[in-house]
Amino acid sequence: MPIAAKFEIEYLQYLDPEGKQVRKDLPDFAKDTGQMVELYKLMVSTRVFDTKSIALQRTGKLGTYASCLGHEATHVGIGSALKPEDVFAPSYREYGAQLYRGVRPRDVYMYWGGDERGNDYVNEPARHDFAWSVPIGTQCLHAAGSALAFKIRKEKRVAVCVIGDGGSSKADFYGAINIAGARDLPLVAAIVNNQWAISVPRRIQSGAKTLAQKGIAAGLHCIQVDGNDIIAVKKAMTDAVELARAGKGGSVVECVTYRLGDHTTADDARRYRGKQEVEDAWKKDPVKRLRTWLESKKAWNQKQEDKLQAECDEWMDDEVNTYLETKAQPVSAIFDYTFAELPADLAAQRAEAIALEGGH
Amino acid sequence: MAAITLIEGVTQALAWEMAHDDSVVVLGEDVGVNGGVFRATVGLQEKFGEWRVFDTPLDETTIAGVTVGLAAQGMKPVCEAQFEGFMYPMADQIISHAARMRNRTRGRITCPAVFRAPWGGGIHAPELHSEANEHLFTNVPGLRVVLPSSPARAYGLLLAAIRDPDPVVFFEPKRIYRQYKEEVPDDGEALPLDVCFVLRDGTDITLVTWGAEVKEALEAADALAKEGVSAEVIDVATLTPLDFDTIAESIGKTGRCVIVQEAPKTAGFGAEIAARIAEECLYDLLAPVARVTGYDIHTPLYRLEQKQLPSTARVVAAAKKTLAAG
Repeated sequence: MPIAAKFEIEYLQYLDPEGKQVRKDLPDFAKDTGQMVELYKLMVSTRVFDTKSIALQRTGKLGTYASCLGHEATHVGIGSALKPEDVFAPSYREYGAQLYRGVRPRDVYMYWGGDERGNDYVNEPARHDFAWSVPIGTQCLHAAGSALAFKIRKEKRVAVCVIGDGGSSKADFYGAINIAGARDLPLVAAIVNNQWAISVPRRIQSGAKTLAQKGIAAGLHCIQVDGNDIIAVKKAMTDAVELARAGKGGSVVECVTYRLGDHTTADDARRYRGKQEVEDAWKKDPVKRLRTWLESKKAWNQKQEDKLQAECDEWMDDEVNTYLETKAQPVSAIFDYTFAELPADLAAQRAEAIALEGGH
Repeated sequence: MAAITLIEGVTQALAWEMAHDDSVVVLGEDVGVNGGVFRATVGLQEKFGEWRVFDTPLDETTIAGVTVGLAAQGMKPVCEAQFEGFMYPMADQIISHAARMRNRTRGRITCPAVFRAPWGGGIHAPELHSEANEHLFTNVPGLRVVLPSSPARAYGLLLAAIRDPDPVVFFEPKRIYRQYKEEVPDDGEALPLDVCFVLRDGTDITLVTWGAEVKEALEAADALAKEGVSAEVIDVATLTPLDFDTIAESIGKTGRCVIVQEAPKTAGFGAEIAARIAEECLYDLLAPVARVTGYDIHTPLYRLEQKQLPSTARVVAAAKKTLAAG
């Protein structure tokens, strides 16, 4: 029988859920335990940050917040695969990747705390990254457009977007990987398959056996990885990013993980998924997995863990305090960034709003 | 200096700006080798290469989203929707991202992009190729909406739109793409994006319009002149942000106003102008403001399409009624 095309999707995993190494061919970065400890520290920081965020929301100090609980290996793995000059286009919960690139916890608190300044990232390289994208999947095309700009300008840079399992159903995602394949753009689309798009499970999003294989249709490299194994995520993402940088094509990397928390603080996942499923997912916890492996390598111990937890608590407390002490901008700010120059009519509306505030 | 049509004004502006600014890129369906279905980008790919005059896959969502990405990276993309009816898939990217990028990042990321589209009815085109839908975009903060109605204004306003640091929806009235030619110096001189154009001075009545209806408004002014009525004609080519001062000044002089709009009547941009007149010029008015617009219907397929387009006769009749009142 003649075959028009054939494909297969590699699955990559180095650490099993128990933290045991299942492959001998560790990538170089994973042989450097110092580097792995740094990644671990950021994963723990991300989790402490997330816990703090939810506590802030529950006590009325933060608006609706999208938790990243359970995504730490995927997010930090993605963030650490980019070079500073690359561009990152997140959806709205990839804090681990963003902390790696210089977004501060206070920026996240500001944004979810109702202040646009949270999107005005101060630190490079995050400063040249995209801000959180609220409509689903639209940021994939911003990454594709960035990749096109790099190609036009002959810059050796890569654009990386993140999309959820639900987001990979969107036309914007398909459009982005399609143009990347058609024009060989340096784009890497990381699908964070956390099994749930609010209440809709992965099986209802797509009949495809893997989400990674969506990239096959676009002519991209595709791989599926254990998204709770940071070694696998970082390895696959680094390979994808460097292939793109070398002009050898874009990629779709599916990171299979699990959303351990609710979709956002406005959601209650108990309405639509069973307790057992979540308990089973906790057995694959990415943070514990890396810690177990590091301990087995004698690269980490309880004393270090206690110290790290204390440091993270202190860091987040500082960030929370800074956020809570930051006053809202004056009413003029709601006008001042609408256009580069304020049009006359808008200037009149601005003056009216300032007058209503008693001139402030 | 050769005389050129409105669409040639578009081409001339694109060519000038691409030659003088490497960051300007043109993208869309058929804009490359084919030179665009209306020929707006003809010859550009030969001059500037396939990466600056870029044929995209056939997906308007992709075109708009990639345009946002290009602009965010410091390029100045000019993308094309082949017809204004195909702006609908683009609207999410334009409204949700392009228009609000500067504000939501407090100026960190901006979107200096132009979203071009041939606009309006009257060329016997198929369904969704004949919409007058500018009002869907004039209510979007952070967005400029521009609709030139002459070769010179197409040239000067497109240059200004490309140079503007914010996103611009640039509609081109396809019914008058080739209506007439005029000499337009290819000197890179842009026109202001915030000033209405007074096309004809008058003292008795003000006709306010934009897009292809400028043709009917000017014809109506000619007809009225024959009856001794002096009509002022204003082209609101830059709809938002609106230059209301020019309109107010004219009404201060004439006391009478007819707004002529191709789009459906209810909540069209003419309603905004009428409201502003009511707010700011009521005591200058000698008669109620009149609107001559498309009906609140879908643009008919082309056998009945002309019924939807405000005719010169309808404009003249509305003007006479306004002149007779008060």
